[in-house]
Amino acid sequence: MAITREEVLHVARLARLELTDEEVERFTEQLSAILEAVAKVSELDLSDVEPTAHPLDVVNVWAEDEPRPSLPVEEALANAPERDAGFFKVPPA
Amino acid sequence: MIDTLRLTAEEAMGLVERGEVSAAELHRAYLDAIGERDGELHAYLRTVDEPDGDGVPIAFKDLISTRGVETTAGSKILEGYVPVYDATVATRCRDAALTLLGKTNMDEFAMGSSTENSGYGPTRNPWDPERVPGGSSGGSATAVAGGLAPWALGSDTGGSVKQPASLCGIVGLRPTYGTVSRYGIVAFASSLDQIGPMTKTVRDCALLYRIIAGRDPCDTTTVELPQPVEIPEREDLNGIRIGVPRELNETEGIESGVKESVERTIELCRELGAEVGETTLPRSVEYGLACYYLVAPSEASSNLARYDGVRYGLRVEGDDGVRAMYDKTRDAGFGDEPKRRIMLGTYALSAGYYEAYYGQAQKVRTVIAREHAAAFEQFDVLVSPTSPTVAFKLGEKTANPLAMYLSDVLTIPSNMAGLPGLSIPCGLSDGLPVGFQLIGPQFSENRLFHVGHALEKAIGFDFVPGRLAP
Repeated sequence: MAITREEVLHVARLARLELTDEEVERFTEQLSAILEAVAKVSELDLSDVEPTAHPLDVVNVWAEDEPRPSLPVEEALANAPERDAGFFKVPPA
Repeated sequence: MIDTLRLTAEEAMGLVERGEVSAAELHRAYLDAIGERDGELHAYLRTVDEPDGDGVPIAFKDLISTRGVETTAGSKILEGYVPVYDATVATRCRDAALTLLGKTNMDEFAMGSSTENSGYGPTRNPWDPERVPGGSSGGSATAVAGGLAPWALGSDTGGSVKQPASLCGIVGLRPTYGTVSRYGIVAFASSLDQIGPMTKTVRDCALLYRIIAGRDPCDTTTVELPQPVEIPEREDLNGIRIGVPRELNETEGIESGVKESVERTIELCRELGAEVGETTLPRSVEYGLACYYLVAPSEASSNLARYDGVRYGLRVEGDDGVRAMYDKTRDAGFGDEPKRRIMLGTYALSAGYYEAYYGQAQKVRTVIAREHAAAFEQFDVLVSPTSPTVAFKLGEKTANPLAMYLSDVLTIPSNMAGLPGLSIPCGLSDGLPVGFQLIGPQFSENRLFHVGHALEKAIGFDFVPGRLAP
């Protein structure tokens, strides 16, 4: 199953990656080879099999709702590339 | 004089407890060894000058959040990120008086099998610096094997503890899914990621697992251990049934030197009193890799959406507002492997492909879990090589992502089923370590420690790399 250049560009847009032309070319080739390998899962007829999302057979555990201190604003913003008056600041849309 | 190459963590604890060596002296001895050898090996991304407690030091893979100590997950997109809180495993280590020695190199976001995908340059194998240490926890493996830490923590998604442990001649445990907290761990594939110990001996491995395992209210996927962790002592295997899955031991690509070493170890199991028999995991091995490379990238594409230049890490601004900022930040900050996996995952989860790829892979996962459960009706432990090959040369697999992915073909199947796996060194092939993989049912860590310890004693593997031995 090959992936086309257009599909790579579409997926990159969905994933918010601005790729260079060289990257688009390389990833088109590499992703085609990888997709061909992973498409192997479609060989199996698993219409009667339940999917596994979580490897442990666990049930929900309820806990008391106990308020605890949350991260102070100052710490939450400590790694922000840009901030303004207690907010994360980003360039205008 | 402290011989950091030979000293086990258990011995180091004894020295500190008896007052023969102080925590500061121990810390200094490892920093000296790092000063001497890490220029060549590059196991560490950064070290900590002074111990922050009075016990034995430990190294953490750089995806474990450490308050006040930069944590990058091997990625340029997190360069300069200093966590404001500790991961639960870091807190537990601190509560056990362990002191942070430093943060170890890794494949970016734990995506890789050689540590060559690090944004900060590769780590080298202490047995032969021309070769990789495996990955993605290659920095932690090299630190322990090279006498640069008494023990370390790594993380394992598809084999990232077991495979580098194998390639560096040390012990590595991938614990049962849900037994070790991931609070404060940089996430890769959340239904698979587990933190695990990397040590010189199986007893050290059990000691460290005892420190980090157990339910954490901050990680809702964790569970209480059904029984306390036992530090292994028994040296026989009487009454243990060992299964040898045909496919895991005969898959194409297993080197003959690896095969011979593993076969000798299986023979040793018999001599120690175990019952050994053949078993089969037909679809787990054949479809495991494909299943993994759909599930893990899909989850990664979601987990890595948070790196957008807004709250932490790198920001690259364009001249076209916030959207251009996202796109440019992510293109500049991520290396090739995260980009490939983000795109693969985004594709597999996108409209029209979800059922055929991600949905189907999750069903294959059920098949893999059932096959393992069936094998455990007859056997207590399943065994195989950990890696099909010994350590390979730097650059050998970097141009071909699929060839690199095959490094984990033997560790992935049991990981998909959430099962614990222990890798112990079982011999040398052409002067390079071979790893022996022991897989058990969920929560069978004590049994793996028992079997691993008995074999370790019988094998008598010398974990000090020949070229570094005085």
